[in-house]
Amino acid sequence: MPTNAVVTDIKQVTIRFSGDSGDGMQLSGTLFSTLSAIFGNEIATFPDFPAEIRAPQGSLHGVSGFQVRIGAKDVYNSGDKTDVLVAMNPAALKVNASYLKKGSIVLFDTDSFQKKDLDKALFQTQDPFEELNLDHIQPVGVAITSMTKSSLEGSGLENKEMLRCKNMFALGIVCWLFNRPLEIADKLLEQKFAKRPKIVIANIKALTDGYNYGNNIHLTASTYRIEPVEATKGFYTDVNGNTATAYGLIAAAEKAGLQLFLGSYPITPATDILQELAKRKDFGVKALQMEDEIAGITSSIGAAFAGCLAATSTSGPGLALKSEALGLAVMTELPLVVIDVQRSGPSTGMPTKSEQTDLNQALYGRNGESPLVVMAAASPTDCFESAFTAAKIALEHMTPVILLSDGYIANGSSAWKIPEMEQYPEINPPYVQKQFNGDAGEWKPFLRNDDTLVRYWGIPGTPNYMHRIGGLEKDLVTGVISSNPENHQRMINIRQQKIDNIARFIPEQQVLGDPDADTLIVGWGGTQGHLMETLLRLRDNGKKVAYTHFRHISPLPANSHELLQRYSKVIVAEQNNGQFADYLNGKYPDLNSICKYNKVEGQPFKVSELVEAFTQMMEGK
Amino acid sequence: MEATEIKYQKYLAKDYKSENAVRWCPGCGDYAILTCLHKALAELNVDPHNTAVISGIGCSSRLPYYMNTYGFHSIHGRAAAIATGVKVANPALSVWVATGDGDSLAIGGNHFIHAVRRNVDINIILFNNKIYGLTKGQYSPTSSRGFVSKSSPYGTVEDPFRPAELTFGARGTFFARAIDVDMKTQVEVMVEAARHKGASVVEVLQNCVIFNDGIHNKISDRTWKADNTITLRQGEKMLFGKENEKGLVLEGWNLKAVTIGEEGYSLDDVLVHDATTKDNTLHMKLALMDIADDLPVALGVIRSVDTPSYDSDYERQIAEVQQRTPKKSFTEFLLSSSNVWEVK
Repeated sequence: MPTNAVVTDIKQVTIRFSGDSGDGMQLSGTLFSTLSAIFGNEIATFPDFPAEIRAPQGSLHGVSGFQVRIGAKDVYNSGDKTDVLVAMNPAALKVNASYLKKGSIVLFDTDSFQKKDLDKALFQTQDPFEELNLDHIQPVGVAITSMTKSSLEGSGLENKEMLRCKNMFALGIVCWLFNRPLEIADKLLEQKFAKRPKIVIANIKALTDGYNYGNNIHLTASTYRIEPVEATKGFYTDVNGNTATAYGLIAAAEKAGLQLFLGSYPITPATDILQELAKRKDFGVKALQMEDEIAGITSSIGAAFAGCLAATSTSGPGLALKSEALGLAVMTELPLVVIDVQRSGPSTGMPTKSEQTDLNQALYGRNGESPLVVMAAASPTDCFESAFTAAKIALEHMTPVILLSDGYIANGSSAWKIPEMEQYPEINPPYVQKQFNGDAGEWKPFLRNDDTLVRYWGIPGTPNYMHRIGGLEKDLVTGVISSNPENHQRMINIRQQKIDNIARFIPEQQVLGDPDADTLIVGWGGTQGHLMETLLRLRDNGKKVAYTHFRHISPLPANSHELLQRYSKVIVAEQNNGQFADYLNGKYPDLNSICKYNKVEGQPFKVSELVEAFTQMMEGK
Repeated sequence: MEATEIKYQKYLAKDYKSENAVRWCPGCGDYAILTCLHKALAELNVDPHNTAVISGIGCSSRLPYYMNTYGFHSIHGRAAAIATGVKVANPALSVWVATGDGDSLAIGGNHFIHAVRRNVDINIILFNNKIYGLTKGQYSPTSSRGFVSKSSPYGTVEDPFRPAELTFGARGTFFARAIDVDMKTQVEVMVEAARHKGASVVEVLQNCVIFNDGIHNKISDRTWKADNTITLRQGEKMLFGKENEKGLVLEGWNLKAVTIGEEGYSLDDVLVHDATTKDNTLHMKLALMDIADDLPVALGVIRSVDTPSYDSDYERQIAEVQQRTPKKSFTEFLLSSSNVWEVK
């Protein structure tokens, strides 16, 4: 058994736990990333699981993975390739073979690499490593299954329950490899299985025995020591994008002094937002699982009318179903946050895989001239900031806001400094009674603030402001339904201008890297981690390059045009066929500098590929 | 000693009337329904500013514009879902849905049955004229089999929904029926619908004077009304006919209309109406009575059962959770969650 891996650079390491859907790989991965974060490392994670809940055991399409990258600093994404692969069966090895770095360790369970297992993964020979041409890696075979069983003998657990602990034995070995203190893992397991003490004891036993096993056979330990980071002082937790999104909404509701309402319908990969908010009755959150996507948004529109901070969460196919109702929210000018956690399309596509292909739908997917605010979150923790900001804009500007997230950042997690809410801005919705001091006077439901063009919010239950709103065009002054041609044109213009005006209330677009470079990399949404690292690598390679990442897409920050004009080459990188690039070209037709980098595989960008492609583009190839 | 309730009439019907000119066709049954709603609200004496009327699309859905309350004329079929959001957001509001047979039983069928199943405390007034009026005369999901319309020139080859059956299938706790021209019964059932805690469905058999004129004549016309309808009242014998000379009896599993004193039937044989039984078997039978089967069409409150409403249970759950969890700010909540560490 090889025990002498040579790993030189240990600033950052990428580990992938991989096995059957039922092997508990997501739990091993989550525990490892959390304890690494607590230990003081930067982390970025990438859960990559199949759409099937339990595919046939040992089959290629049933492989579930959890990738975590840890490092002392500059961990911007979950990594392209792995340094360590934990393969619980041959299928896991096969699926991940092309993602192994040279010299990487493959920790595999010899008990599940038998003939029948190899057959299930469609291997032709008895040596999977040779068959996959994996001569550049270091296989470490451990009898994980049988050792877990003997470790738990006498624990009083059923055979099946014992076998379920093998993910902890494997995690124990990995903890040894990376010098993780087991006490943190023990504490996390106690929390996780708080109601099942027998399971806690068994899991801790398997974990400890795995750790000791690594110790006893001196498994390449010291080479993998990663020092804790010197982070900003404060309290931290780890959070994934969906939870952070839910938190952003709760924080905004608290700031605005409003009740939070979510109408939603389960859909991968957005369901966690509904589930998290359903738990938060302690904050008075009303999270309703409705009968369909349409009822999800329309119940929220009803709640917005009735004075809540209202939101709905979905993914691409659900957003398509919500289109008509979104138009109603535009027309009635009600505050509404719509979260679209993008996934691979079209149609059902690849539900558990991530893409940025819903931008056009968010911008244009409605009948009529139907402008609204579109934003995109950049990372798991940025989901908090973005959701808070989306809610603030919706409430203060009386408009629906679509916040685009994606499967990658929604499920990926990173360490998060717990925000101090007093440092966040106030949220002041334009309540009608506040503006008109309880005197209804000449108020009409579509009377607007002269400067922002925002109408006032008259909430049912408020005396004297009874009024009717609806999807029909209304008179500019009286708010009564109208099909007057000139009036319609004016209302079209006003609704657009109201959204355009929001550019004055959002931050200017910032540039990173070399401000005087000729080339600007442009990104938006969940690709920030990969583009950030690409920028650093390009600059390490001696390239002069700048980078800007858009959170606000509609409207664009006020300085966007001027900023883009400064560069002779603008590389817009996105996980679609060029939707943002086309949008920029449409907005700023005088720009002739835009080049597109597009990849739509349902997988995160790979930094190495970006570096190579951008280098070629910069060199004019 | 019981306190005597002093009824103080703060609002009159006209206080619920908006300034907007009503724009339905002259002779449309919707006028009567609107007037009845004004009267019912006055009788309920609910504040106009605490009242919200939500509608979808169709002739019936224009109703909110004519109400001096909060109103929302939304999109086709979605009124029940929007009203659910309004009511759950603010359970103190009196929430009404004005909708039609196309709006609620075709494009909005899913929202209708789920609002009923959830038992959200909203009052759904279902204008049933068995036709699409606003799109100028296509058959609707309540049009009878064989009905000839612009979109069924050779007659339909599909069976209609019967709103009561659909409501009971969705486990509805309140169902009432009235005819547009019978304003007294209409006001009565609207008031009862509002007092019922939970989803209330009031089917109003409404005449479309342009595209389906006279569709309900056999039950609404004076000539036939007494013999072809029965108005059910809680705790009273099921009697009908000009002189209340007829009654409903149970024969085997089926209802039968009899004349008292004939065929050996006496008043004692006539059933007594109880809208409050949990079992809806008899309510279903009553609601589905049809003159084609020699049975009068049932009007009035057919079913009214008290069970907790969705919105009140939701509030109760929040109160329970908040009672056992100490109140925290959002930051305090995060700091007290698991997996928190400090960087010093």
